[in-house]
Amino acid sequence: MAQKVATKKAQKIAEEITELFATEIIEIKEFRGQVSLTLKKEKIKEILKYLKEEKGFNHLQDLCGVDYFPLKPRFEVVYNLYNIQERIHLRLKAKVDEESAQIDSIIDLWQGADWHERECFDMFGISFTGHPYLKRILMPEDWNGYPLRKDYPLKGKEIWKGFREILEANLQGGDR
Amino acid sequence: MSVKRDLKTKLLTINMGPQHPATHGVLRLVLELDGETVVNCKPYVGYLHRGTEKLGENRTYPMALPLTDRLDYVSSMANNIGFCVAVERLLGIEVPERAKYIRTIMAELTRIANHIVWIATHALDIGAMTVFLYSMRDREWILELYEMACGARLTVTYPRIGGVRADVDQEFLDHCYKFTEEFPKRVEQYETLIDQNRIWLQRTKGIGVLTAEEAINLGLTGPTLRGSGVPYDVRKFAPYDAYDKVEFEVPVGKVGDVYDRYRCRMEEFRQSNSIIRQCLEKMPSGYVLAADAPGYDMAAGPRKKPAQPSAPKAEGAADTPQPPANQPAEQGPAFEEIYVATEVPKGELGFYFVSDGTGKPYRMRIRAPSFVHASALPKMCEGSLVADVIANIGTIDIVLGECDR
Repeated sequence: MAQKVATKKAQKIAEEITELFATEIIEIKEFRGQVSLTLKKEKIKEILKYLKEEKGFNHLQDLCGVDYFPLKPRFEVVYNLYNIQERIHLRLKAKVDEESAQIDSIIDLWQGADWHERECFDMFGISFTGHPYLKRILMPEDWNGYPLRKDYPLKGKEIWKGFREILEANLQGGDR
Repeated sequence: MSVKRDLKTKLLTINMGPQHPATHGVLRLVLELDGETVVNCKPYVGYLHRGTEKLGENRTYPMALPLTDRLDYVSSMANNIGFCVAVERLLGIEVPERAKYIRTIMAELTRIANHIVWIATHALDIGAMTVFLYSMRDREWILELYEMACGARLTVTYPRIGGVRADVDQEFLDHCYKFTEEFPKRVEQYETLIDQNRIWLQRTKGIGVLTAEEAINLGLTGPTLRGSGVPYDVRKFAPYDAYDKVEFEVPVGKVGDVYDRYRCRMEEFRQSNSIIRQCLEKMPSGYVLAADAPGYDMAAGPRKKPAQPSAPKAEGAADTPQPPANQPAEQGPAFEEIYVATEVPKGELGFYFVSDGTGKPYRMRIRAPSFVHASALPKMCEGSLVADVIANIGTIDIVLGECDR
């Protein structure tokens, strides 16, 4: 029951965004009571700021990337927002193409977005403009490629440099 | 002896971890110190990265379930449940009532087990050794209950998509009931050991203070957020399993320091205990696995949809010829996505699935609370003393297996 009320509220907010940023909206979808908006990436920060400051979406639940490989635009950056006061969930998805794989950082809106953005960069190679320290976070710094891209094989492309050094040392009958 | 007041000292950079007993795993912190004050704190994670998200994309849903045990290995049951709840919502599977109650009991036992490990290591880090010995004794009890239900103790994989693997027997229920009778006394024991301990109070009160706004802004969840006075609890806000059928309170703190977060977790011990008790009393009989639950033979190819999931709101409309008309439209990759959060002991565990209609998730994103909590460390540590770094690591309750995924 509460779920239905929250969905209604989310739909209403989605409509309000459609009115305000009509040129930015690509699609509005509802699945299992969750409303998601697909957007162009240019004004994403402005829209998120509006949602945070005017609509009370204070909790950034999650930020992640998705790769739809053969499709264009290739990537999607997904923001799952939550309004703790009114218990509404809303999802924004910004389309990012491969040629200019970059999007505005939202770190000055939510500090919690810091590591999520770094992870997204690490795994998909999407760079976030305005991020103060955009480095790899989970993979080693000298890693080649972006592991969560769909054209990246499960086992990886090559043995990592640091690993190779150990293996070679073993082959040469080193002191191990 | 006179000391020049404006004496300039050089900043000292020290490396803490990855192998350090107080970092709860392989967390590395690079600290810049001015005397004993932390000027700069930079956490490095990823030493335990196993690519769980990528692995999940290459397995069917039931096959990806055991991967979730290996995330937060001190509360594996709660991770399993989080995964199952998310997949059930995605596939539209209705779980039998009895399974819901069993899972709620398991989730709360896990919460107790996790908080036991937390209080044990946190107290050990700060200097109260005895608590560790008492709490490990009680954790053993819970692990024995797990063993009774499913045969495993740590990486359990007991819940299934659509229910649980096997029904619990009367022996388990009896032991569980005995546990709920005994456990509140054990919590009191822990409290007598540390609650009025002067060293404990000095090491925790006024340390690592986060205001409610800061904590929300950092994305903190669970008891770490509730210590700052925000009553955000997924169990209350978006109930899953049997949480809407039991009564419990969400304890919150006032100041938002290490002590408040400690009080929150101690109170959660009692609340979890009462939830287990209520579940045991109300537990209905019946099946424990849904009839349409996918088994391990779930095909990787396009899956059949039991119900029409795309239009839940068209109830009034006459929908007689719909199923055949919708068939051709489903040929292309129609992506469906869902984000489902559950309250695991550490905070909000979110699963974000993108499905392309096959038996494998197109994208399996795990929003791990430990990952977000670890990113809050610089904010908490900078400006405080180096000794308080240990207290701060303890209070956010992180497990690096989950942080690095």
